Amino acid sequence: MNETTSSVSTNSKPMVFQITEDFSNPMDSVIQTSSVLSLPDYLGAWKARWGVKRMEYKISPGLYRLGEAGPDAPVLVTANYKMSFDYLRRELTGLNAWILVLDTAGINVWCAAGKGTFGTTELINRIAVVGLPQIVSHRTVIVPQLGATGVAAHEVRKRSGFKVVYGPVRAEDIPRFLDNDMKASPDMREVRFNFRDRLVLTPMELVGILKPVLSIGALLLLLHLTGLVTVTWSGVYPYLGAVLIGAVIAPLLLPFIPGRAFAWKGWILGFLWAVLAIYLKGGPGNGWGLTADLAAILFVPAVSSYLAMNFTGASTYTSLSGVKKEMKLAVPIQAASAAIGLILIFISLIKQGVL
Amino acid sequence: MRHRYLKNVATLAFNEGKCNGCGICLDVCPHAVLVQAGKKIEIRDKDACMECGACAMNCPFGALFVQTGVGCAAAIIWGALTGKEPTCGGNDGCCS
Repeated sequence: MNETTSSVSTNSKPMVFQITEDFSNPMDSVIQTSSVLSLPDYLGAWKARWGVKRMEYKISPGLYRLGEAGPDAPVLVTANYKMSFDYLRRELTGLNAWILVLDTAGINVWCAAGKGTFGTTELINRIAVVGLPQIVSHRTVIVPQLGATGVAAHEVRKRSGFKVVYGPVRAEDIPRFLDNDMKASPDMREVRFNFRDRLVLTPMELVGILKPVLSIGALLLLLHLTGLVTVTWSGVYPYLGAVLIGAVIAPLLLPFIPGRAFAWKGWILGFLWAVLAIYLKGGPGNGWGLTADLAAILFVPAVSSYLAMNFTGASTYTSLSGVKKEMKLAVPIQAASAAIGLILIFISLIKQGVL
Repeated sequence: MRHRYLKNVATLAFNEGKCNGCGICLDVCPHAVLVQAGKKIEIRDKDACMECGACAMNCPFGALFVQTGVGCAAAIIWGALTGKEPTCGGNDGCCS
């Protein structure tokens, strides 16, 4: 094995090992990688955060060799979402390790584990496919802790002979974890959801509602151009604000907004915004008229409540039972509130003679 | 600031009789819900459970149970409207 590997350089471009005569040699299919990310890697991650070709942002499953990994080097398991792979190897600077990439259809470890694609069967199969027993002399694989929802460690051991050791939640803790005899401290085990964690998720929240917002915008523009309705910026911005509050502001301020249910957190912010918007226009009844004010009070919080509620799916601490419970109460209120709000918008337009 | 979600909803259940105290559940829990208590484990903070199911999946003795599933509001609504099991793949929402 050393003969095959010594000729391979450690440059940043993934490099396929030379095919030798012996096709049964598992080292032939190992791909060399490095801990250095290139500009396209960062650009690709940024695009994926905005939902651009996100589902195609993946790499080939298989075994990757980082640095000068030999038979004793640790094996780290990850998903084939390219961002997962890149962020893992970036944290392994100066280390020699094997990275076993499972086929999760380009989904990250935690989400794929929830669906079972990052799972016991795929791990056992991938260990066999890459010929891991012939490549490493030990029988341990390090699975990221968040993969544990899909992997049963005792099953993997029984069926593959490999012991699963659960690594830290965050890749940045891996060097410390390895130095510490593969033991994770309590802080390495706990999932966080800090400001930055939430910030990087908000673009996807915006992209998710881009279509309905643009459709409504196009419709309003059309009505405006045909002269049927005069659409003014001051009539529109409270509603655009509702979207921004539900999709961005509420997720960012999440722990600082009183209450526990996401729908409530979004509603209260939306309500405050609607009140503020009315006062910015000169107080109740003075700006758009009382009917339109009432419409904003009903419609704006309904929108931000719904969007904030959707952020439960991206959060790292909400339970399915909890989401179901809050939805039972919130969804009917949101729907009714939005419907009455919409009717009031039409009534106010008719009253103003613009419809 | 610490995130707290709804109280008294988590479906996490523990069967003490089956537990042998191996502690793998403590390793996989992302919210430190469980603690070691002598030769067994114990539920310390049930309201912190997000029902990810990692503990139940990895318990070799079947001592833990959690009802798991996609905790995404849009997926649940979509599932209710179409009568299908909620999944996050269908709407290209949060999960990737």
